Amino acid sequence: MEEQELRRLLAAVRTGRLPRRAFLRRMAALGLAAPMAAQLLAFGASAQAQEFAYKPTRRGGGGMLKILYWQGATLLNPHFAVGTKDQDGSRLFYEPLAGWAPDGTLVPILAAEIPSVENGGLAPDGRSVTWKLKRGVKWHDGEPFTADDVVFNWEYVTDPATAAVSIGSYRDVEVDKLDDHTVRVRFQRPTPFWADAFVGARGMIIPKHRFQDYKGERSRDAPTNLHPIGTGAYRFTEFKPGDIVKGELNPDYHMENRPYFDAIEVKGGGDAVSAARAVLQTGEYDYAWNLQVEDDILRRLEAAGRGRVNIVEGGAIEHIQLNNTDPWTEVEGERSSIRTTHPTLSDPAVRKALSLLVDRKSVQEFIYGRTGVATANFLNNPPRFRSPNTSFEFNIARANQILEEAGWRRGRDGIRAKDGRQLKFVFQTSINAPRQKTQAIVKQACQRAGIEVELKSVTASVFFSSDVANPDTYTKFYCDLQMYNTTMPQADPQLFMNQFVSWEVATRENKWQGRNITRWRNEEYDRLFREAEGELDPVKRAALFIRMNDLVVENQVVIPLVARPLVSASARDLRVSLSGWDNTFWNLRDWYRDREA
Amino acid sequence: MSQYLIRRLLVAIPSLLGISVVLFTVLALAPGDPFEELATNPAVPPEVRAALRAKFGLDDPIFVRYFRWLAAMLNGDWGYSFVSRMDVDTLILQRLPTTLVIIGSSQVLALLIALPVGVFAATRPYSVFDQIANTLAFIGFSLPTFFTGILLILIFSIHLEWLPFVYRADIEATGWRWLWEHVRQSIMPIAVLGLFQGAAWTRFVRSAVLDVIRLDYVTTARAKGLPERRVITRHVVRNALIPVVTLVALQMPAVFGGAIVTEQIFRVPGIGSLLISAILANDTPVIMAVTFVFACLVVFFNLLADILYGWLDPRISYR
Repeated sequence: MEEQELRRLLAAVRTGRLPRRAFLRRMAALGLAAPMAAQLLAFGASAQAQEFAYKPTRRGGGGMLKILYWQGATLLNPHFAVGTKDQDGSRLFYEPLAGWAPDGTLVPILAAEIPSVENGGLAPDGRSVTWKLKRGVKWHDGEPFTADDVVFNWEYVTDPATAAVSIGSYRDVEVDKLDDHTVRVRFQRPTPFWADAFVGARGMIIPKHRFQDYKGERSRDAPTNLHPIGTGAYRFTEFKPGDIVKGELNPDYHMENRPYFDAIEVKGGGDAVSAARAVLQTGEYDYAWNLQVEDDILRRLEAAGRGRVNIVEGGAIEHIQLNNTDPWTEVEGERSSIRTTHPTLSDPAVRKALSLLVDRKSVQEFIYGRTGVATANFLNNPPRFRSPNTSFEFNIARANQILEEAGWRRGRDGIRAKDGRQLKFVFQTSINAPRQKTQAIVKQACQRAGIEVELKSVTASVFFSSDVANPDTYTKFYCDLQMYNTTMPQADPQLFMNQFVSWEVATRENKWQGRNITRWRNEEYDRLFREAEGELDPVKRAALFIRMNDLVVENQVVIPLVARPLVSASARDLRVSLSGWDNTFWNLRDWYRDREA
Repeated sequence: MSQYLIRRLLVAIPSLLGISVVLFTVLALAPGDPFEELATNPAVPPEVRAALRAKFGLDDPIFVRYFRWLAAMLNGDWGYSFVSRMDVDTLILQRLPTTLVIIGSSQVLALLIALPVGVFAATRPYSVFDQIANTLAFIGFSLPTFFTGILLILIFSIHLEWLPFVYRADIEATGWRWLWEHVRQSIMPIAVLGLFQGAAWTRFVRSAVLDVIRLDYVTTARAKGLPERRVITRHVVRNALIPVVTLVALQMPAVFGGAIVTEQIFRVPGIGSLLISAILANDTPVIMAVTFVFACLVVFFNLLADILYGWLDPRISYR
């Protein structure tokens, strides 16, 4: 194929004249594997989100920005922040070297540029990355930001006595200072995903001069824990845990004309629906975070015309898991033990039928609306990792046919059975209105195919707990099917896709802390995963993850339902820059009010 | 009198100790773990959780932890929040002023309604006023606060857009504007709590006054030719108030609990919302401290009720 022709096609996709799918089909016709073609699109920059246009031409003058979190931040040290609410609270004042843009690419924040092989930042052998730091950056107390601060963060976090929750991103690397504005992160082995330490939510950097005396055992006594001194666009003024965090404009911020607002306030508490109301209906607040609210309600509130709902794609996926082990037989006191196999779900025909019996389109249309998009894939985002090879279908007749062919015959009670084993499943999930509705949709379809499904719902605080003594937690999986939403913490799928590798199986031995809850074991998958861990070519690596996704979908290890984007609400004239791969405030410096709107 | 006080205070010590043992054991035995969120996060290695548990002494036996807590408490150290990583007393003191203002005003409002309405209704039993007051009181205490709270928000914030429904403890304004903003945002939570409490108390005051008003000495007072006003205030109300005082005093700590729901609805950053978020996060030191404060309040208000009793009713002597 002519290079020019290819460029013309790419341009056509970019301007929207040619649908992505059509482009992929044309490439396939030319013998170019679909993942390859998808990757081409990514490199051809069509997947790039539009650059956020920041209009204000001077710093300040924007008044107060009022933000509502239905769970307020409880602490403001980024290295102790567990949930997003605490990470977001810290992100108001602290910044990492780089942040994740909505399309899953990196944007420099405290770094002068994003390291790449071309600019010499990335070692070709994948064993180190060199970050050049932005010059002229000052902490809120006037001290200069240097490489010492970056190295100190690594020392602070990796000291086990500090008990920092961000340790996972730092413990396997070595960090050296090359000069005052250059640091090098060294890895133990070739590492394709190098953007973990100092990047995004767990990459926020705290000042050495404030924390050096409070490393290790004394970490909890640091006064700066409660009075952050960062480099961000807003300076700290007040904090009441769980209630309020306040900041004011930082006149020394390292980007010109930013920030726009003179002060910022993040109020916590209450519930999601009334938070949506305060922004969309009464306009009391400018922005409301994480609205897990039914789309019907959001639409009704939006009709007031005061604000709009922001939908940002991420990697979260609501899915149904099929148990590979037998939950009803106890082996040495452990149910769902990997020494058993499921009596009926081990038949591929049953799994295939179940997948045909899940009406994803209706689930999207009648339950989730804009807040859940039906999908065939487990790995949906960033787009360069999305598999084009899968599809889904809702077809009861076909499911019946498959079961019939596999020898599952209807008994007198209408339930299919084979060798004395009936197709009866217990299907559990957490208590949450949309989930119970989805359960009902699945149950109804299964009934029409001769499968009896018993529904079970568990209180969310029990279902998602790690309580070893409780049999109803999702990691124990003491039933046949279960459904929940799993989130993807980074724009890289490595940590996300490890939930199907054989060494992560949740067992009594590891106190059910293993990530592989379906207890599916597959040699090919393990091999692909190992390969992806060391593959430095981004295109080949993406192809590996796409193949892994296809294996999971083809074998019906899980049945993906809907991809769940991040939902928030903002006032009509507020321009927010959000990303599904980073904290809400990852680009707070660019938020402004468009007076003309 | 002072001897009585000292004796009562001494008796309070073992009961508070007993309460603390029960609270501590229940919290220790309850399922849940303050570092649970860490366990479900794939990016956090399990060692971090183990290190944190060890650091905060969660792996020690219950009685060791109890005595450590007790020793710290006696030294004035209220404990250290696992979730916020700060001292619990700071957390509670941050929230106390808001709670006192909101709860205090609502109690005053409730009394201002209950006393005059209850007395007036009792002096004219089964009159039109009494019937209306009774009906309203009945409606008032039948409607739970979470319902009236949402109803008020719907009417005054959403339809009329008169009042804000998100409470902000600190408003950057000074002088009259500051006061006005505070009044505006406090009206709804105070009204919800005050009207609910007022309705219950109105019925109680009415029946207490009815009990007294039929007694012979009231008839005697009237027969003496005393003005009706004086009979009611001096002879009837003073005696009728004795049980009411007990009720009000004993109700005080319970209202701190009852405010939890209202605080959640209006996002009032009071002690109740602190307790709720601590329970949801399994932040045991905070739960322990707040519930212990409630226990102390119960003991204290009991004592206060007994002392007020003697002041109102000289027949009671303290021995």
